[in-house]
Amino acid sequence: MEWNFAPVIANLDILLLGLLNTLKVTGLALSLGVPLGLGLALMRLSQNRPISMISEFIIEFFRTTPPLVQLFWFFFAFPILFNINMTPYLAAVVTFSIQSSAFFAEIFRSGIQSIDHGQWEGSKAIGMTRNQSLRRVILPQAVKRMIPAFMERSIELLKTTTLVSTIAYTDLMYQANSVAQSTFRPLEVYSVIAAIYFILIFGFSQLSIVVEHRLAKSGEGTVN
Amino acid sequence: MSELIRVENLHKSFGTLEVLKGIDLHVNSGETLVLLGSSGSGKSTLLRCINFMETLTSGRILLNGDAIGSETRGKITYKESDLCKLRTRIGMVFQHFNLFPHMTVLQNVMEGQLTVLGRDKAEAAEKSMIQLTRVGLADKAAEFPSRLSGGQKQRVAIARALAMDPDVMLFDEVTSALDPELVGEVLKTMRQLAEEGMTMICVTHELGFAYHVANRVLFLNEGTIHEEGDPQSVLRNPQTKRMKEFLEGHALFKLPE
Ligand SMILES: Nc1ncnc2c1ncn2[C@@H]1O[C@H](COP(=O)(O)OP(=O)(O)OP(=O)(O)O)[C@@H](O)[C@H]1O
Ligand SMILES: [Mg+2]
Repeated sequence: MEWNFAPVIANLDILLLGLLNTLKVTGLALSLGVPLGLGLALMRLSQNRPISMISEFIIEFFRTTPPLVQLFWFFFAFPILFNINMTPYLAAVVTFSIQSSAFFAEIFRSGIQSIDHGQWEGSKAIGMTRNQSLRRVILPQAVKRMIPAFMERSIELLKTTTLVSTIAYTDLMYQANSVAQSTFRPLEVYSVIAAIYFILIFGFSQLSIVVEHRLAKSGEGTVN
Repeated sequence: MSELIRVENLHKSFGTLEVLKGIDLHVNSGETLVLLGSSGSGKSTLLRCINFMETLTSGRILLNGDAIGSETRGKITYKESDLCKLRTRIGMVFQHFNLFPHMTVLQNVMEGQLTVLGRDKAEAAEKSMIQLTRVGLADKAAEFPSRLSGGQKQRVAIARALAMDPDVMLFDEVTSALDPELVGEVLKTMRQLAEEGMTMICVTHELGFAYHVANRVLFLNEGTIHEEGDPQSVLRNPQTKRMKEFLEGHALFKLPE
């Protein structure tokens, strides 16, 4: 057995395009999933029982069903149901936005619930509405506590997006498969891919540790 | 003296537990009322009904002669926005301060003025400094609450409530969570407020404060106002058995005069 990275280097542009697409899907799913997750969390915490139950169902459904099933459902089943065209890209973004929003909703919810009830009382007593309390007092404190869970979930999302290769979306995994097949060099190709994912995720989690430290120092404690 | 707050036949239940069983009281402008009562007698609940932190089971509350809520066919409904507006006129200070830990002292005092009253930053900052000076904490404006002593935190909480220019202030056992040596500074601030003419309703176990500062003392027992009067007579010559027992409990370890 000998290592030969020349074919990998020759196909680097294909792999980089895959990396870009992976980041694109992950980034979009994050930027849609976080606000959606906040919305679901607020519905879940609502005093209105039906609203809370609808949200609970959505959250539980997307947390318990396998992501691959969700992806196939949105790619193959959804278009039949609503008679629309579904591209692999669209299916990937929709699936992972909703799927991660379910997880983010639970992060938001436990973050909000971890804030002492006295904070609601203190802001209510000076005339704030529920929304104002949430925006000005509760969320700024909750978000800070949520950051580790948030980072962890984002990494999980990045890993899960490898599934999109199964519906022929040209992410890093899909491009790796095609390069491995065309060059007959699976050893080098998949080693390089593993290294890219490692660097990406390891770098990201190191970054999150730095962010956490910064916040822990800046915020002058979380007890009143 | 004009009547600022009137509570009429207030009932409040939590599930099957009836905590308040028909409370009538009134507070005149500039008056300081002290509410006494043993633990669980409903003192906090009564205060929290007055600023609608709790919903009333029945009865009504008037502020400056106007009944709160709108009555249609015998049923009173309350709009959330009206209650929020009402709470800006009724300041409340809690046992556990409830300051916002992610904001500085100054930001804590400015917050309600900015978010609720819509004052601009310069005005809010100026008014905040006036109130912080009033409670003796102008030099702590830039600190975060976590750096303050309990007594200082409570005075910031008082300044935060005062900054909304309320008509009346409610104090719920505001010295109960403090180390004994810090109780005095908070009581002194409250006494100063009373002397400056602020209308106040105070729940407290500090009988000295009640004796020297209150215009009237109310004793809450089993969901009703059991005894009331001026502090000198109520505290020195209680008329009811329950009030006597309550005071004896408090005086048990007093030094002989
Ligand atoms: N949100 C609530 N839900 C159910 N029961 C409550 C609630 N708040 C108060 N209670 C009950 O109502 C009664 C009166 O409570 P409240 O806090 O008003 O008493 P208190 O006089 O302020 O007592 P303390 O001196 O201990 O503060 C208690 O039996 C308490 O358990
Ligand atoms: Mg109480």
